[in-house]
Amino acid sequence: MLQLTINGQPQHFDKPLNVQQLLECMSLQNKRIAVERNGEIVPRSQFAVQALSDGDRLEIVVAVGGG
Amino acid sequence: MDDFIIAGKRYASRLLVGTGKYKDFNETRTAIEASGARIITIAIRRTNIGQNPNEPNLLDVLPPSQYTLLPNTAGCYSADEAIRTLRLARELLDGHSLVKLEVLGDPRTLFPNVVETIKAAEILIRENFQVMVYTSDDPIIAKQLEEIGCVAIMPLASLIGSGMGILNPWNLQIIIDNARIPVLVDAGVGTASDATIAMELGCDGVLMNTAIANAQNPILMASAMRKAVEAGREAYLAGRMAKKPYSASPSSPTEGILPAMIK
Repeated sequence: MLQLTINGQPQHFDKPLNVQQLLECMSLQNKRIAVERNGEIVPRSQFAVQALSDGDRLEIVVAVGGG
Repeated sequence: MDDFIIAGKRYASRLLVGTGKYKDFNETRTAIEASGARIITIAIRRTNIGQNPNEPNLLDVLPPSQYTLLPNTAGCYSADEAIRTLRLARELLDGHSLVKLEVLGDPRTLFPNVVETIKAAEILIRENFQVMVYTSDDPIIAKQLEEIGCVAIMPLASLIGSGMGILNPWNLQIIIDNARIPVLVDAGVGTASDATIAMELGCDGVLMNTAIANAQNPILMASAMRKAVEAGREAYLAGRMAKKPYSASPSSPTEGILPAMIK
């Protein structure tokens, strides 16, 4: 059981995941996104390496139109 | 046109535009093409979770290979939020370091919080970001932002999205006269003549979003703004004639004028 907070919303997963696997679960793999984990940037090269821990807080962002 | 250089890189247009408030991505792209802008601002926001995974992405419409994307921190009210946003932006854009820093102080007026702005700029510059900074039209703050290492100072001409034009040309003039780095008017331009006035004052460029996006015809306004910025720059370089209050001077020869008919 893995409990994460993703973009402020609580999410439950029933197996251990790394960042890459999480993005696949969310259909966000290969999208133009950036990830922050507990306040630290997760470089793309680390997605498949960083295992997520219970209680992790993640932010997943995209570019949108803005001034 | 003469060279417009930001952080050592030359750009073909002195007009910078935002990508917000357009009807759809197609209008965004067409307006930006009409504006001739080479540097365009984008915002960084949380992605939708579990909603439409095939939603089009702004970066597919405006690819970083064609434009210099300037991630901004619009909507941030503290140095911490702004720094976090730009670290994510740098990761998103593969190490791109040119950014627009904007730290707001008040949701009603969107007036910048210059204390938090300076705090954020210092940290970002230490982290090797190249910071173009949105600020008030206070010449002392503008000078401080230059001294700590920002690459461009971007004072407001009036409130963000207000379209009220250049409200204090005198302060802008002081900032321009004092600066050794580019000064761009950011915020407040409402129509083409506002952009021209900013450029005639000696601004190095103008950044705008709402004046184009909220025009009745955004594409035509984008084209007007392109010309307005070019016209203002050329007029500035040409050097305007001196104003001569109360002393008219005819443009045609005063010799050889036909005399009045004698009756």
